[in-house]
Amino acid sequence: MKSPREPARRAFVHAILGRSDYAIIGELVEPGSRVLDLGCGEGELLQWLSANKQVDGRGIEIVPTKVQRAIARGVSVYQGDIDQGLADYPDGAFDYVILSQTLQETHRPLKVLREILRVGSHAIVAFPNFGHWRVRLSHLFTGRAPKTKLFPHDWYDSPNIHFLTVLDFELLCAREGWVMERRIFLAGTRKIQCLPNLFAETAVFLIRK
Amino acid sequence: MIVDTQFVQFDSLSLDCGETLAPVDVAFETWGELNAERSNAILILHAFSGDAHAAGINREGKPGWWDNMIGPGKAFDTTRYFVICSNVLGGCRGTTGPSSMNPATGRPYGRQFPVITISDMVRLQKKLVDHLGIRRLLSVAGGSMGGMQALEWAVAYPDAVASVIPIAATARHSAQQIAFNEVGRQAIMADPDWNDGDYYDKKPPARGLAVARMIGHITYMSDESMREKFGRRLRGKDQFGFDFSVDFEVESYLRYRGSQFVERFDANSYLYITKAMDYFDITNGYGSLAAAMERAKARFLVISFTSDWLYPSYQSLEIVNALRSRNRDVAFCELPSNYGHDAFLVEVGEQTEIVRGFLANTFAKVQKDEVPA
Repeated sequence: MKSPREPARRAFVHAILGRSDYAIIGELVEPGSRVLDLGCGEGELLQWLSANKQVDGRGIEIVPTKVQRAIARGVSVYQGDIDQGLADYPDGAFDYVILSQTLQETHRPLKVLREILRVGSHAIVAFPNFGHWRVRLSHLFTGRAPKTKLFPHDWYDSPNIHFLTVLDFELLCAREGWVMERRIFLAGTRKIQCLPNLFAETAVFLIRK
Repeated sequence: MIVDTQFVQFDSLSLDCGETLAPVDVAFETWGELNAERSNAILILHAFSGDAHAAGINREGKPGWWDNMIGPGKAFDTTRYFVICSNVLGGCRGTTGPSSMNPATGRPYGRQFPVITISDMVRLQKKLVDHLGIRRLLSVAGGSMGGMQALEWAVAYPDAVASVIPIAATARHSAQQIAFNEVGRQAIMADPDWNDGDYYDKKPPARGLAVARMIGHITYMSDESMREKFGRRLRGKDQFGFDFSVDFEVESYLRYRGSQFVERFDANSYLYITKAMDYFDITNGYGSLAAAMERAKARFLVISFTSDWLYPSYQSLEIVNALRSRNRDVAFCELPSNYGHDAFLVEVGEQTEIVRGFLANTFAKVQKDEVPA
């Protein structure tokens, strides 16, 4: 069910948050739920979810200045590392655990995903698609580590340490037996349906065990 | 604006050691106005050698010990909140302690004063808060021993606090912390003027107390802050004296701090309060830290400092992780600082930003009734 103001609101969310997957995440989260945002930065998403979806939100962020700004915003953020930071939460502590644009930066992605599905009933995982045609072309024609709008870093100073595609993630879900409840593919802020592994810049998956 | 210390007397206070103190005086100060709903009160808890004078200027012209954090527009904004601070039980700045008159003898308690605990201190603070007509505090906040009291509040009176801000604190004193306190106590007790605590009509154990304070000051600083502040600079000379007089700046500083402390602090209070800190272990009676923290209903903001080696970050993290393991609402950050344990008194800028945001958010939640009562 979509309200007539939905597109306007999404544009607004995008304008203030500047990350296309935020608006989508807002769509996936049930109002009033318990949400953990991993790599929450300055807490913009949690603040928005708390104001608009009345969620009870928590965050984990490793960069101290971002943690300070998030707390100053009124968001309960824990300064720590995602790779280890989940261990202390009890099973099923959250309805949703959000991992937005961070999976490719974790040291042990599979361990992190398993931990996420231990502490949360659902996981919302958004990541940049390394299978996008521009990435493929960049690699093919330059013969170098791909550099595109989506992956703008040189190989030696990139925060991205694991490169995955839409197809890779779906194969992992199948292997682990995780249920894919929703899949949303974006090019810019536009949703796309066809050949996502080729055309999606960002993929957002809602999964559960 | 001049702030005056106020006093209230309670008939009695039962203590963890089994004894009862009667009567008990409490010295406290307040800033700002209590709102009609009585929902904007914040209790500030002082560290080991602090007192009720946390903010503003008193009649002697002295600013409060946390004046940079408490006041109009500051982290604890007195235009929005009603802020209270009281001297701890066992102290020597107006609240009943070993230097107070023992009604049974008509002389100062001295060693007759019962051994007290952090939870005794908090039980007395609760009496004060009840006396002021406040059912639930918006926040309890403090650094060091003040942070320990804040934790005790959260666990002992979960319904009476909406939020807790322990800064540079611990859930239990470590062997190292106990060790430093013991050296301080031994310095006092080794001073012949201590006289088994009976010195109030004689010469006080000033040398022992000064040495204890010198040790304390070393633990409050960091290697880096001492290097920056003193280095190997000589004091008023360009070569060594070869006579055990003051050579180095750092010696001069410690001697000055020691002698200054003697003017304002009672040696027996030093013994009793450090012992209370050493006895502190919030897990007592609960089996585990997580089980103790499970009692808490408040939101937490836990802060530690990178260079604090007296109350290191791992101790704050123990608290935070215990809270997370019980799904409690906790924010944690380790602030960068070179000032060691003193950072909680010095690093005002960053603390202000996060404390202000945390309090505003908590206040909004309390108004909307979202913090479980």
